[in-house]
Amino acid sequence: MKLDVRIHGRGGQGVVTAAELLSVAAFEQGLHAQALPSFGSERTGAPVTASCRISDLPIRSHDPISQPDLLVVQDLTLLRDPVVMAGLPEDGTVVVNTNRDLADLVHGGLVVGPAQRWVTIPANDLSRQLLGRPVPNTALVGAVAGMTDLLSPEAVATAIRRRFAGLGEEIAEANVRLAEQARDLVMTTTAGGDVRC
Amino acid sequence: MLRQVEGSRAVAETVARCRPHVVAAYPISPQTHIVEALSELVGSGDLTACEYLTVESEFGALSACIGASAAGARAYTATASQGILFMAEALPNASGLGLPMVMTVANRALGAPINIWNDHSDALSQRDAGWLMLFASSNQEAVDLHVQAFALAERLSLPVMVCMDGFVLTHAVEEIDVPGQDEVDAFLPPFRARQWLDPDEPVTIGAMVGPEAFTEVKYLMAHRQLRALDDVSQVARDFAAAFGRDSGGLLRPYRTADADVVVVALGSVLGSLADVVDELRDEGLAVGALGVTCYRPWPLDEVRRALREVPRVVVLNRAFAVGSGSILGQDVRLSVPAATKVHDVVLGLGGRPLTHDVLRRLVLDVVAGQVGSDTLTFYDLDHQRVATELARELADVPSAGGAS
Amino acid sequence: MSTTPLKLYQVGTFAAGNRLLDPDERTVQSSTQRASSITSGHRACRGCGEALAARVVMDAAMRAAGGRLVTVNATGCLEVFSTPFPESAWQVPWLHSLFGNAAAVASGVAAAMRATGRDDVRVLAQAGDGGTVDIGLGCLSGMFERNDDVLFVCYDNQGYMNTGVQRSGATPAGASTANTRPMGAGIGNAFGTGKSLPRIAMAHEIPYVATATIADLHDLEAKVEAAMALHGARYLHVLVPCPLGWGSDPSDTVRVARLATQSGLFPVFEAEHGTVTRVARIRRRVPVEEYLRLQARFRHLFGEPGRPDVVAALQAQADRDIARFGLDPEEES
Ligand SMILES: Cc1ncc(C[n+]2csc(CCOP(=O)(O)OP(=O)(O)O)c2C)c(N)n1
Ligand code: SF4
Ligand SMILES: [Mg+2]
Repeated sequence: MKLDVRIHGRGGQGVVTAAELLSVAAFEQGLHAQALPSFGSERTGAPVTASCRISDLPIRSHDPISQPDLLVVQDLTLLRDPVVMAGLPEDGTVVVNTNRDLADLVHGGLVVGPAQRWVTIPANDLSRQLLGRPVPNTALVGAVAGMTDLLSPEAVATAIRRRFAGLGEEIAEANVRLAEQARDLVMTTTAGGDVRC
Repeated sequence: MLRQVEGSRAVAETVARCRPHVVAAYPISPQTHIVEALSELVGSGDLTACEYLTVESEFGALSACIGASAAGARAYTATASQGILFMAEALPNASGLGLPMVMTVANRALGAPINIWNDHSDALSQRDAGWLMLFASSNQEAVDLHVQAFALAERLSLPVMVCMDGFVLTHAVEEIDVPGQDEVDAFLPPFRARQWLDPDEPVTIGAMVGPEAFTEVKYLMAHRQLRALDDVSQVARDFAAAFGRDSGGLLRPYRTADADVVVVALGSVLGSLADVVDELRDEGLAVGALGVTCYRPWPLDEVRRALREVPRVVVLNRAFAVGSGSILGQDVRLSVPAATKVHDVVLGLGGRPLTHDVLRRLVLDVVAGQVGSDTLTFYDLDHQRVATELARELADVPSAGGAS
Repeated sequence: MSTTPLKLYQVGTFAAGNRLLDPDERTVQSSTQRASSITSGHRACRGCGEALAARVVMDAAMRAAGGRLVTVNATGCLEVFSTPFPESAWQVPWLHSLFGNAAAVASGVAAAMRATGRDDVRVLAQAGDGGTVDIGLGCLSGMFERNDDVLFVCYDNQGYMNTGVQRSGATPAGASTANTRPMGAGIGNAFGTGKSLPRIAMAHEIPYVATATIADLHDLEAKVEAAMALHGARYLHVLVPCPLGWGSDPSDTVRVARLATQSGLFPVFEAEHGTVTRVARIRRRVPVEEYLRLQARFRHLFGEPGRPDVVAALQAQADRDIARFGLDPEEES
């Protein structure tokens, strides 16, 4: 078993934290994991990438993920960058943070690669409701956990609580709820067959 | 205890458990997370009896460590890239004076052009400075090497550099067993300086030496460096006995027995290399890897023994000597029989990723005879880009002798 | 008298902001002829004070130098965000060498210009506060002390922003940075550390030393022009808020800079040959708290339990500088 996740977003959106949360949740569940940020010299708002490897075997390599099983796209505008989709196999999955629906994205020419599975999640909206700010990363972590059925809600919650401990219980708990909501959302919307186009 | 933690954080916590008295550091990417975490550990009171100096430059950082060590304190610093160059004058001073201290180098390319990403040109540029240089192949080894480094430094009264790949290791979050305080205390005795600035027994440190004795002093230095090889092995053995895992030592061979091709490398690429070796072995190719953990002093005899029977050796250089050739490859060439084919390749400079695919292709190309063995090969070079630029340069240059 | 082609037309007149002023008094930035020494498209954060200051400084210097200007840049945010390979935002000859040597490199450029008979080319060096007050201080002091013909501009955002917001010798007491976190009884960056580089520069008795902020761009331009009218070593220290490192809202950058001056925490003045010649008096004095509260780096000083003692100590620091430089609005008669 292995799951290679690559996360694309913009500086300030918590891309690196998202990869770290996934890896900690996987670790909590007795799996092996590795989160690898690919740092640029960029400033707030610039594209940022991070990877997370999850496996039931110890992980030895440290190269960036070039063939992800799952892509998380935290900012819709990034979909126009060919780098984002690079290396995604035919049966790969893309999770996009947007409140537009899939048909709308297809219409806008943002969905490429016919055989891939696409899931949309309004992570910014969810985050605004629960945190008062659009920080999409914990919602997307919850969504990935739900879709892959690899990480339990408890493991995700533990990872979030540990990571946000310094920010106070209120913020940590709001993030836990955020991840759970996103998880529920993808589990209901994607239940009964993959979203394909 | 095994934890999912960032490499830098794990190193900082481990350094803290080694109870340094003085930490002096200047921020530079990708070392920053280590020294930031240490400042937190001092600020929070987790690391007591430690002075954390926010110095004004790397020259100040290493110089403060020199002063601290000469005053009988356990001293630590960390740097990378331009920072180690800014320390350059103080590096052979620390080793020449025989002052124990530990420095982490979060390996990063040297400018110009400025580049913050990983290769080995920073540390290798200081390979003759008289420091012991240990390279970590994983974050677990990086952590463990720091404990060993303090032990070695103080046993030998010499400075020790622990090199770990910048970003690739320093910023990776993975499972790491950070040694507990009791374990470290049991392994690392309190620091007792060989000589220090003691008002009760005054010593002079750093006197001038003229032509009448300079060569002898230098000879003794070289001799001590070579003797350190035994200590590196011994400390690694002691460590394995105390902590129950293999880390450090001189070399890290991986499936080299009966290998037709062995890839020699420093640092974190050994993880991906091991994956590639397994894959190719499954496909019937007799391939192995040899990690060099102790780069200085160079373990000549051990490398010779490890590669004696190997017909083809690939040296993976992540730095090179401009105008001369390879660095690691030169050391390897001196350690193998003349008949051995040494394929000296440069790749992974300035953060260009050393992916599984690149490594696999490299080995297959070597086996297929497509990589030369007399010159340095820039393996992951964009030939197209270089050719275009060279053509442009040639067109620009006025022909010699002016109007002819 | 030169005229500026007008693009604005409103309320039935050509009046628009400082276009009412005599052309001589208008800001360089309002001119369509400005050099645009740093073009748009660079990678600074939203609301970056350093990017704004650099643009204004460079354009003013270009005008003063009649376009004959060379600039040397230390490593730091400005250098990194303006030159992402294969792009460059610079429309002037620009050289980045290292982090700590900008002043000496600029001295070398100035010497070369002199030696090769190109004295008309002016030299401007620029660095962040780290490249100025810490690692660059030795070279800078040498440049001052030889009175080399260089204008050195420090963009002071009070920390090492390029490497992720660590403390510098220009970081104020009480500020939380990546290596001065307020842990336990700690307050963040300690009192009694750091230095005032403008006053150190003055101690070299160089022809011109000035401070400015991006809250008053007109004043900033005027100071660049004053400096460029002189020869020898000149030093300009510009306060440039950094939304990322200060934890202030990007839309508050100018406001934060103004509050720094109006609280007395950042005195704005000019000095010639070691003597203060002019100060910008405070127009509406505000308590330091008003300035501090806009910035997350001081968040731990407020709320429960907060550190009123630290706020009071910072107020005392402001009061001391107000007295030292005579910034008090009341003293004006
Ligand atoms: C010798 C050396 N040490 C450290 C660094 C890493 N470094 C690059 S920029 C920088 C901080 C820049 O701070 P500042 O000068 O205040 O400029 P800012 O980025 O804040 O504008 C540091 C520490 C370096 N490039 N060279
Ligand atoms: S970190 Fe600060 S100084 Fe650097 S670009 Fe962003 S706002 Fe400007
Ligand atoms: Mg700065």
